[in-house]
Amino acid sequence: MVKMTYAEAAKLALAEEMRRDPLVWAIGEDLGRGGVFGQYLGLLDEFGPERISDAPISESAIMGASVGAAMAGTRPVVEMRFADFALCAVDELINQAAKARYMLGGQVKVPMVIREPMGMWRSSAAQHSQSLESWYTHIPGLVVAVPSTPADNRGLLKTAIRSDDPVVYLEHKNIWGYQGDVPEDETLIPFGKGRLEKEGDDITIVSWSAQMHIAANAATLLQAEGISAELIDLRTLWPWDRQMVFDSVGKTGRLLITHESVSVGGFGAEIAATVAEQLFSVLKSPITRCAAPRVPISYAPPLEAKIRVSSEQIVEAAKKSVAVSAGFK
Amino acid sequence: MIQPPNQNIDKDWFLEHHIMMHRIRAFEETAARANRDKLVLGAIHLSIGQEAIASGVCKNLMKEDFLLSTHRGHGHTLAKGADPEAMMLELLGRRGGICKGKGGSMHIADASVGMLGANGVVAANINIATGAAHAIKLKRESNISCCIFGDGAINRGPFLEGLNWSGVFNLPVLFVCENNGFASTTRTDAMTSGEGAAPRARSMGITATEVDGNDIVSVDEITREYIANIRNGNGPHLISFNTYRLHGHTASDPASYRPAAEVEAAWKEDPIERCSELLSRLGISREILNEHRKIALEEMDRVYKTAKEAPWPSDDNAFSDVQDVGDPREGAF
Ligand SMILES: Cc1ncc(C[n+]2csc(CCOP(=O)(O)OP(=O)(O)O)c2C)c(N)n1
Ligand SMILES: [Mg+2]
Repeated sequence: MVKMTYAEAAKLALAEEMRRDPLVWAIGEDLGRGGVFGQYLGLLDEFGPERISDAPISESAIMGASVGAAMAGTRPVVEMRFADFALCAVDELINQAAKARYMLGGQVKVPMVIREPMGMWRSSAAQHSQSLESWYTHIPGLVVAVPSTPADNRGLLKTAIRSDDPVVYLEHKNIWGYQGDVPEDETLIPFGKGRLEKEGDDITIVSWSAQMHIAANAATLLQAEGISAELIDLRTLWPWDRQMVFDSVGKTGRLLITHESVSVGGFGAEIAATVAEQLFSVLKSPITRCAAPRVPISYAPPLEAKIRVSSEQIVEAAKKSVAVSAGFK
Repeated sequence: MIQPPNQNIDKDWFLEHHIMMHRIRAFEETAARANRDKLVLGAIHLSIGQEAIASGVCKNLMKEDFLLSTHRGHGHTLAKGADPEAMMLELLGRRGGICKGKGGSMHIADASVGMLGANGVVAANINIATGAAHAIKLKRESNISCCIFGDGAINRGPFLEGLNWSGVFNLPVLFVCENNGFASTTRTDAMTSGEGAAPRARSMGITATEVDGNDIVSVDEITREYIANIRNGNGPHLISFNTYRLHGHTASDPASYRPAAEVEAAWKEDPIERCSELLSRLGISREILNEHRKIALEEMDRVYKTAKEAPWPSDDNAFSDVQDVGDPREGAF
C-alpha cells in the first residue's frame, strides 16, 4: 500500500491509462496548468499539450466534441471543472453521448469519461456546490461513479477510462486532499460493486462520495452508544450493488441512506423503494433517508452548514430506527 | 478513388451526379408515399430540391471521411454510400433497418461508410463532427470530417462553439450550411441577425464562402477545392449553399405559409433539371437522362416493397445496445 491523496490517486490512474493506451487524452479548461484543483499537475510535461489539452470555455463543445472524438475511435477524458458547469452541456451528454449507441442500433460507441467535481466546498454557493448524481442515474446509457477514497478513485477512474460507454465520474471537491492507502498494483474496481466500509448487525447505512466519511464518523459514534451499524459505500450508482444492500438489510433488518444531495428525488429514494419492494418482510423499521433539504446551497458558513447532513443527524436517525423494533408492521 | 472532373467538365462525373440526385429524389418521393400510406410513423423531413448539395458534397468525400448530418439527412446518407433498402427498412421501423429500428429517419446512419448519424437536435452535430475531426488529428490520420447543417442551426450555440474550436485546433473539418430559407415554418432571415453563416465563420478566422447550391457544377467545384485545402492541413472551411426547400418542413406539412408563386419560381431552379440541361447541352440525350429517373424510381419501388413486407424487429432489440453494464429492466418489471 502507498499513501496518497484522492487527487493524486486520480492523477496516477489517468497517467497509467495514458501510458497504456495512446488513444486516451484529456481535455478541459486550464488543464495545462494542472486543472483548477491540481488534479492534472505535471501531466502536461509527460504527455504534451495535445493529450493534456486546454479547451476554450465552451462546455457544449468540450462535451460535444468529445462525443465525436469518442465515436471516431479515441477515449477522451473530459474535465468539466465544476459539476455545475456540465449543465451547459446537457444536450451533448444526455441526448448525444448517452443515446448514440442505442439510436444508431449499436453502430457506434461513445467511450468517454466526464469528470465532474461536485459537492459543497468552502463557501462556494449555489452554482459551485451541487451534487446532481441522481439526475444522471435517470438516463439510460450513462454509468455513474461516485468514489469516496483514494483507492477507489484510482481503481474506478481506470475502469471508467476502459469503459466503452460514457461514464459520469463525480469526484467530490471537499476530499481532494483526503489521504488513504492505495494498492501498489493496478487494481481495477468493477462498476456495480459496493465496498463494505464497516461491518455491523443492527442497522445498514448506505452512502457514497464524501458523505460516506460523514456516515463513517456516525457509525463510530453509534458504536460508542452500543449500536452496531454496517456501512456500505456504493461507489457507483449505475449500476449499483443491490445484492450487497439486500444481503446487509437481510441481516440487520434496518436501512438508513444518507447523501449530500437533495433528498427529494435523490438516489436514496431509488434504494429505499427497491428495498421496500424486495425485502419488505424483513424490515424491522421504516427505511430512513438523511439527505439535504430542497434549497439552493448557501454561501455563509452557518447557512451552508444548515444544508449539510451531519454525523449527529445520522446518529439520531439511526437511533430512532433502532428504537422502533417492536410494533412496526 | 475520387476522379476530379477535368477543365472542360467531365461528363461521366456529372452523369453520376445526375443519377445520384435522381436516386435521392426517388427515395424521398417514396418515403413521402410511405408516409401517406401511414407506414412511416414518425416525422420525416424531405430534401427535395436540395439534392445537388448532398450529391456534390458527398461525391467528393472518401469512404473513410466522416459525415454528420441533420434531421433532413436521407439524401446525405444515400450519397455517402448507404444502402437505400436498409434505410427504408429503418424509416418503416422494420427488421433489417440500418439502426435496427431504434432510430428511424432522424437518426439514420451508416458507420460502415463513415456516416455517423443524422441528428434530432438542431446543430448538435456541429460539435460532434468537430470532435471527430479532433480524433483524426490526434490519430494523425488523413481523412476529414464533414458536417452538414441547416441555416436555422447557425443561431444555436454549437455553431459558435464548434467553429471556434475547429479554428483553435486547426481541424480537418468541412462545414456545410444548407441555406434553404426556412427553419421549420419560419423564414430563417427573420430570425437571423447579420448576413448568415459565411460571414460569421470568417469572423472566427475560418475560410468561408456562399455558393449556389442548386448548381451541381458549383457545388462540386467549391467542395473539391475546399476539401483539398483541408486535406493539405489548412484547417476548417465552411460553405453556405443557397437553395430552397421545395416541400414542407416535414412530409405532412403543406407549407401553406408561403405564396404559391414563390414555390413555383423555386421549382424553375430545380437542381436536377438544371443538371439535366447541362448534360443535354453537353450532348447527352434526353432519353438517357429520363432513364435515370425511371431506374431510380424502380429501385426505390423495390426497396419500399421489401420494407413493407419485412417483419418488425424482434422484441429483444428494445433492450440491447444500451450500455455494457447494468440491467436495463432493473426496477421496471
Ligand atoms: C434544438 C432543437 N430545437 C428545435 C428543434 C425543432 N426543429 C426541428 S428542425 C427545425 C428547423 C431547422 O431548420 P434548419 O436548421 O434551417 O434546417 P432545415 O429544416 O431547413 O433543413 C426545428 C426548429 C430541434 N429539433 N432541435
Ligand atoms: Mg433551413
